[in-house]
Formats: sequence, C-alpha cells, structure tokens
Amino acid sequence: MEKKNNLRAWLYLAPLLILMAVFTFYPLINAFIVSSYKGYLPLSGTADEIDFFYNFGVILKNPLFKKAVINTFIIAGVSVPVSILLSLLIAVSLKSIPKLKGFFQTIYFLPYVTNTIAIGMAFAFMFHEDYGVINLILGWFGISPVNWLGGTASYAAQMIALLILTIWNGLAFKILVFTSGLENIDKQYYDAAKIDSASKWTVFKRITVPLLSPLILYISITSVIGALKAYNSVVGLFGDVKLGAQNNSMITIVAFVYQYKDGYTDKGYISYAAAASIILFFITAVISILQTVVSKKRVHY
Amino acid sequence: MEIKMANLTKIFISKDKKEVHAVDHVDLVIPSGKLIGLLGPSGCGKSTTLYLIAGLLRQTEGEIYFGEEEMSETPPEKRGIGLVFQNYALYPHMTVRENILFPLENLKVEKEEAKKRTFEMAKLVGLEEMLDRKPKELSGGQQQRVAIARALVKTPRVLLLDEPLSNLDARLRLQTREEIKRIQRETKITTVFVTHDQEEAMSISDEIVVMKDGIIQQMGEPQEVYDKPTNLFVAKFLGNPQINVFDGEIKNKEILIENMFVGKRDLPDQKVFIGVRPEGFIIDQENKSSFHFKVDLVETIGRDTTLIFDMQDDSINILDKKTFKAIIDAGFRIKAGDVVHFNIKPEKMHLFDINGTIL
Repeated sequence: MEKKNNLRAWLYLAPLLILMAVFTFYPLINAFIVSSYKGYLPLSGTADEIDFFYNFGVILKNPLFKKAVINTFIIAGVSVPVSILLSLLIAVSLKSIPKLKGFFQTIYFLPYVTNTIAIGMAFAFMFHEDYGVINLILGWFGISPVNWLGGTASYAAQMIALLILTIWNGLAFKILVFTSGLENIDKQYYDAAKIDSASKWTVFKRITVPLLSPLILYISITSVIGALKAYNSVVGLFGDVKLGAQNNSMITIVAFVYQYKDGYTDKGYISYAAAASIILFFITAVISILQTVVSKKRVHY
Repeated sequence: MEIKMANLTKIFISKDKKEVHAVDHVDLVIPSGKLIGLLGPSGCGKSTTLYLIAGLLRQTEGEIYFGEEEMSETPPEKRGIGLVFQNYALYPHMTVRENILFPLENLKVEKEEAKKRTFEMAKLVGLEEMLDRKPKELSGGQQQRVAIARALVKTPRVLLLDEPLSNLDARLRLQTREEIKRIQRETKITTVFVTHDQEEAMSISDEIVVMKDGIIQQMGEPQEVYDKPTNLFVAKFLGNPQINVFDGEIKNKEILIENMFVGKRDLPDQKVFIGVRPEGFIIDQENKSSFHFKVDLVETIGRDTTLIFDMQDDSINILDKKTFKAIIDAGFRIKAGDVVHFNIKPEKMHLFDINGTIL
C-alpha cells in the first residue's frame, strides 16, 4: 500500500520534476562545471584544463564586469527601497478612497501586464532630449532640457532614467500585494488607534508598517532578487547592442553574462559567462540570507 | 461625566437598500460615576449605541452630550473616552508596556510621567510583572486587563466596554467581572458596558438598560428591573431559568390559567399573558389550591429542585411543547408523574396584555 502510493506520488510530480531537471538543475550544475574549464570551446567540446578559480580570477579583474556589478548594485540599492516605500504609500492612500480604488488599482496594475521591452521603448521616447514629455514638463519649471539617453548623456542622467523605469515597472506587483495585505489587517486596530489619538503618520509608522512587516520582507527579498537580474529594462531603454547611452555604460551582471555567452565561438568565453552567473548566484544568496537575518527582529508575524 | 443622549438615531442602509434603524430615537441619561450595563439580544443596537458614544460611528439624528458639551462634531480622539474592544484589539507587535504607553505617546505626555502612569495602571490591573510580554503570550483574561489599562491610562472621562467578557471562559469571566467592578469603583469613572448576557449585566452594573430593536425597553437598577419589568420582553430577557409565560385570562377579576384560579386582580375581562418567575411557585402541601399539574421531569442540582412540566396540550411534536419550570426547595420529595398543587407568590407574578405591556 505504502509503496504503491509512493509510486503514484512520484508519477504526479514527474512532469514538473522532469522539466525542472532539464531546464533548471542540469543548467545550474553545468554552469558550475563549465565555470571550472580553462580555454573551453563548446563547439568542439574541448578544454585546456580544469581550474576552479581561473575564470573567476579573469572576470573579477575585468573592468566591464566591475562596471556591471556597480550598475546592478545601484539599481537594486535605489529601486528596491524607493519602490517599496512608494507602493506602500500608494496602497495606503488607495484604502482611503474606497470608491475609486478599483479604478486606480487597474491603472497601477497595467505595467505588470505590459511587456518590459515595450515599456522601455515608451520610456525611451518619453526621455528623448528634444521630443520627450519629461523635458517638456521640466521646461515648465524653467529647467533646460536634459540629455537623458543621447550619445553624450551623463552617467547620472542615464542611471536616473533607468531607475525611474525600474521603480515604476516594479510598483504594480508591490501595490497589489500591499493592498491585499492591508485588507487583512483588522479594522479594529485602526479604530483603537483613533481612540488612542494616534496621528495618521503614527498609525502608518507604528501600526500599518509593523503589521505588514512579513509582507514587506517578502517583497523586499523578491524585488532585490528581481533587481539583481536587471536586464530587460536596459535593453528596452537602450537596445541590446549598446546597453547604455555610451557602449555598455548601463551594463548589468546579467547583460554581461549574455554578452559573453553570445561569444561562445571564442575560446573560454562561455566559461567567463558561467563564472559571472555563479557570482550573481552567490551575491543573491548572501543578500537574501542577510535580509532574513537582519529583519528577524523587526518582522512581527 | 454624565452622558446624555437625546433622540439618538442611527440608520444603516443595508445591501438591498433597506433602512435599518439600529438605534431608534433613544433618550438616555447615564449618571456620572456609575457602571451601566447596556443589555439586549444580538442586533438590538447596543454596540451601535456604544460606538456612537465613542464617535467611531456618526449618528443619523440626535445629540450626545458629555456633561453640557455636545459631542456630535467631536472626533473620537478628542472625546476623552477609553474603549475596550470585544476582541481587545491589542497591537500584537507591541509589548504590554508599549500598548499601554501608546495613547500617552500620542497625547505627548512627558516621558517620565508616562512611564509612571503606565506602571501605575499595570499595577491597578495586576500586570506589573507582565510589562515586557507580547499580547499573544498572555491569557485571555490578562489581555483583557491590558486592554482596560490601555483605555484607562489616559484618564478618560468615560470608559466604554464592548462585550468585555464574551471571549473568556466561564471561570475567567467571573473573575474578570469582579475585576471590572473593582477597577470601576477605584477609579470612579463613568463606565458603559455592552453585553448580551443578562447575568453578567445584573451582577456588576449599578443600573442596566435593556434594549431591543434599537429601542430602550427599560432602565433601572438590576433588581428593580427584574422585579418590575415593564413588558414581556424584559421579563423574558432577565432571569435564568427564564420566566414562565402562561396563556391566561381575567374573568370576573379572577386570574385564570386553563380555568384554574391563580389569583385576583381588579382588571376588566381580557386575555392575558401571565409571567411567573420559576422561584415564584409555592407547593401547596394540603392540595387546596386549584392550580395543579403533573410533573414531567425532576432535576435536583444542589439545594434546588427544578420541576419541569407542560400544560395539557394537544401538540404531538415534542419540540413544540411549551414547558414550564418551577424551582423549589430540594427538601420536597417529588417524583416525575406526581400531581402537584401550587400557590403563586403575588410579587413573582406579572400580568401582560396581549401586546406584552405590563398591566
């Protein structure tokens, strides 16, 4: 009886397990293996020797990789906290306009169902130096046009444009999660706070945020992971060749991986890509663990 | 602080667009320093009345006065009230200390003073050892006391309690009941509490207010309301076991139940409801009284014996059968099947007209 059930359970799990094995576990293990080859050529399947640290040494010295890491960290470090704060405020505000809530929820959710590349292209036009709506609006306040994305755009300008796109793109899902989270908070806490003469800001800070803290942790971990994988937004805004106003000026770790993967005909390049992706894997793991540990005291389940 | 309600009305619009009068033209004066129990079945508007006093709901019509001051335009935080919610609504992420401190912080009370008051309050409710615990580490009764401490720490003018005992088990309920009474006596704060449990209301209130369908049925000292109900609803709602209600009539100034004589009243001939408290029956050992019946069931619990009987009734369905209860001294040896003759204590018998109004 026991055995039969076991077999059946495995059978039910099989479709997912097989797919995961083929497309997740095998590539993951293979990436580790490939990253240990020196001078590997996938087409001929030959490598000079096995050296676990060689490829890591090469890319850690590569200035382009350093740039990719810095860019990725800026994107994650700025976009995650800002988008969480914004989405929290929007979710709380939505709660106080019950009649228009559905309407605004739909509006805020639209970016989620829209292709990131398409959004990037729309933003590219909005940030256009001469015809873009952003510069038009800035003009109303007497600010001269900013070169956001053009060939001579400053690093700060391109990064701000990219960050605005990333933040806006990430809002939808967070607002959705926070609005449903808010609905699960017992209304009596707010009545109690009212009786206790708490101001709106106090209520937000001392009641809403702590009671949402498990969700905030969840969202911050998933969005840090998402931000570390940034690639689509760069391609949407700058195209997949240039990856920035100047060549590679907005390159991210994932973009770096793509570039070297595409160079698989060159000796050893695919191993560099594998090593970079493994570094990203460890960065993600370490940050996620740190977040969980650090927040342990501040999250109230 | 005396609370006065004048013509207070709250109308809710239900989903099918019907008006529901949760509180219907209520006039009520709650005397200063007293503990008042708002009592009624669920849906009678007692909680709504409480929330109207608190300001968490806005009345459709009428006024609420705290002393001379009209409060309708005053938001809850400015009314100077303490409110204990039915499920306490303690902030789960704050310790007991933080929970009690919270209102003081919002009122910008000076830090040392706030600390002192928090500790005093914790002491009053007997929780000074528990200050650093989270609410979920406390028992229901302790949580309840934290909620009371949080409500009292800002020295409100009025303390409101919404079904304060309903989430406690029977033993804790008795204990907490005494506790609330003690705290109210010590602080002398005007207190209104809502309950559907008549025993609870009668045991701790200085006065009770019985409500039904948003309308006040009767107000007065518990024993007085019990002894002199103004209508059948109040008579039925107070007392456990419930009052026995017989269909009877008045003929030639004699009160008759199924043509058995039970007493005299100077009233015109009419059909009446005759309410008799279970403790109002006296066994007539000489069998002279004409009021008699066959005992169906005898329950002896401790010092009391309860006789359960039904009148000669044609209905076959046992659930439809109207049964009556008489509590007598356990000294009498009565078995099921015995025919017993009774006299009725006049002060325990209440006559109501067919509309349920006292005669």
